[in-house]
Amino acid sequence: MSSSTVSPGAAAQRVVRVASGQGFWGDWLDAPRRQVEGGPVDYLMLDYLAEVTMSILQKQKERDPQMGYARDFIGAMESVLPAVVERGVKVIANAGGVNPVACAHAVLAVARKAGAAGKLRIGVVTGDDLLPRIDELIGSGHPLTHMETGEALSTVRDRVLSANAYIGSTPIVEALARGANVVVTGRSTDTALTMAPLRHEFGWAADDWDRLAAGIIAGHIIECGAQCSGGNCLYDWRNIPDLANIGYPIVEARADGTFSVTKHPGTGGRINVPSVTEQCVYEMGDPNSYITPDVVADFTTIHLEDDGADRVRVHGIKGRPATDKLKVSIAYRAGFKAVGTLVYSWPDALEKAQLADRILRERLDNMGLRFDKLLTEFVGVSSTHGPLTPQAGEAQEVQLRVGVRAEDRKAVERFTREIAPLVLNGPPSVTGFAGGRPKVEEIVAYWPALVDKTVVETRVEVLS
Amino acid sequence: MKVRLLDVAHARSGDKGDMANVGVIALKPEWYPLLVEQLTLARVKAHFAGSITGDVQRYELPNLKAINFLLQGALDGGGTMSLKMDAQGKVFSTAMLRLVLDVPDDRARALGLPPAP
Repeated sequence: MSSSTVSPGAAAQRVVRVASGQGFWGDWLDAPRRQVEGGPVDYLMLDYLAEVTMSILQKQKERDPQMGYARDFIGAMESVLPAVVERGVKVIANAGGVNPVACAHAVLAVARKAGAAGKLRIGVVTGDDLLPRIDELIGSGHPLTHMETGEALSTVRDRVLSANAYIGSTPIVEALARGANVVVTGRSTDTALTMAPLRHEFGWAADDWDRLAAGIIAGHIIECGAQCSGGNCLYDWRNIPDLANIGYPIVEARADGTFSVTKHPGTGGRINVPSVTEQCVYEMGDPNSYITPDVVADFTTIHLEDDGADRVRVHGIKGRPATDKLKVSIAYRAGFKAVGTLVYSWPDALEKAQLADRILRERLDNMGLRFDKLLTEFVGVSSTHGPLTPQAGEAQEVQLRVGVRAEDRKAVERFTREIAPLVLNGPPSVTGFAGGRPKVEEIVAYWPALVDKTVVETRVEVLS
Repeated sequence: MKVRLLDVAHARSGDKGDMANVGVIALKPEWYPLLVEQLTLARVKAHFAGSITGDVQRYELPNLKAINFLLQGALDGGGTMSLKMDAQGKVFSTAMLRLVLDVPDDRARALGLPPAP
């Protein structure tokens, strides 16, 4: 066989490796570098955005127009830059938040400092930000109704902080086709970050539903980083080796839509059918219809098989045509909250904490303070399983944890002044107040909506 | 025979808005039919009756030997709204595993189920 032709068999055997290096903003700083240095990978996928992240970033952008993206990404890029410019590893990240362009320029600045700017081509995907268009959308018959409550967005319009459509793989594929070796997006779906490079490499058609669904499920399995490779794994957790040195997952995909989930040799953690299954069901809704902008994936069709040590083969995945809607993630100001804690020791720890809670409530009541919600939990007794907690032996120590929520900031602030006094004027054997007064937090609530696909136009720019 | 769900299944949970999902997975493939029979919608609704304010949905994933439950009104509004310690429903998984199953003795022996201590 001549070296210039590739046989169909060889093409079918070709493997594309997508490595997950970040499962959320705040994940392990070392993971991206470890992924590109630990063995061969073609793409590094970094997921930074959770439901409420966009609103935090929007607030940052309001304070400084050059901000509004996940700043951890800049450090991550610095740490993987040699692999990108010397070995051709490509990076795909939704780190752009509400300011992908500023994010891309910050990456270029880091590359310039390292003398590598000439070797970067950064694809920037925009168009997901609907904040400037909300009134236009509402006015033209897109009420952005709350998906669960059915309320129209107009009821909270003046409190909206951010609004972003979840966009799919197409603009990322376009950026890669135009030669980008780093792609920065805003509110892309987490799964598109993995599926897009596979679609690009294998040339999957936009209506190749089964393969697109396979790419989406590959993305779902690795989008939470080490949560599929032994992290937060309940199955046989005591015997999962070397978590200190845990290997983040890598998808090895083939053109036919089958793939394996694995990790670099010599790393800790474990990849087997149980660890991957736990991640498959994580944050799962109706498994028959996992709706994405690209395809509706059917999780009930997933077949998993152990295929050697730390390797799971995934096949059989089916998909159906995408819907004509995009999900929109809207964040709005919804009042204030604060949580205060105190710790009571043996003897009679729970009884003392319960008395402190009654005293606190009586004082709040006497002041006429009204809250939408006042929640007491006893940490060490029942805060995680609530009424399902069995009546067990005496708790040796209990943390009293009281939270309040209200529209009125003043009421919440007054509450925060009522915790510390209990140390001297409440029940005895109390400690754990060194952190000071509880912090008042503004609540930024989440408003999921749908919008017609036709009204969202994504754009791709390639900077170099 | 009493059998703890903890000894025949593992689980993971997460959040979607004010909803928690719990995926329950059989520890051995041959135990999955038992989970399908025992973890009925009614049983799981009753188990979480004091913990959630909304309804429950149930979906089977036979390939994965798993059942996915959606618990509505589980998270005090969810996400940033919630005052709960477990605002993201991370440990509804182990709350589910507190269930104790009642299995006829001969079936339990045939399946090799570990008896509850």
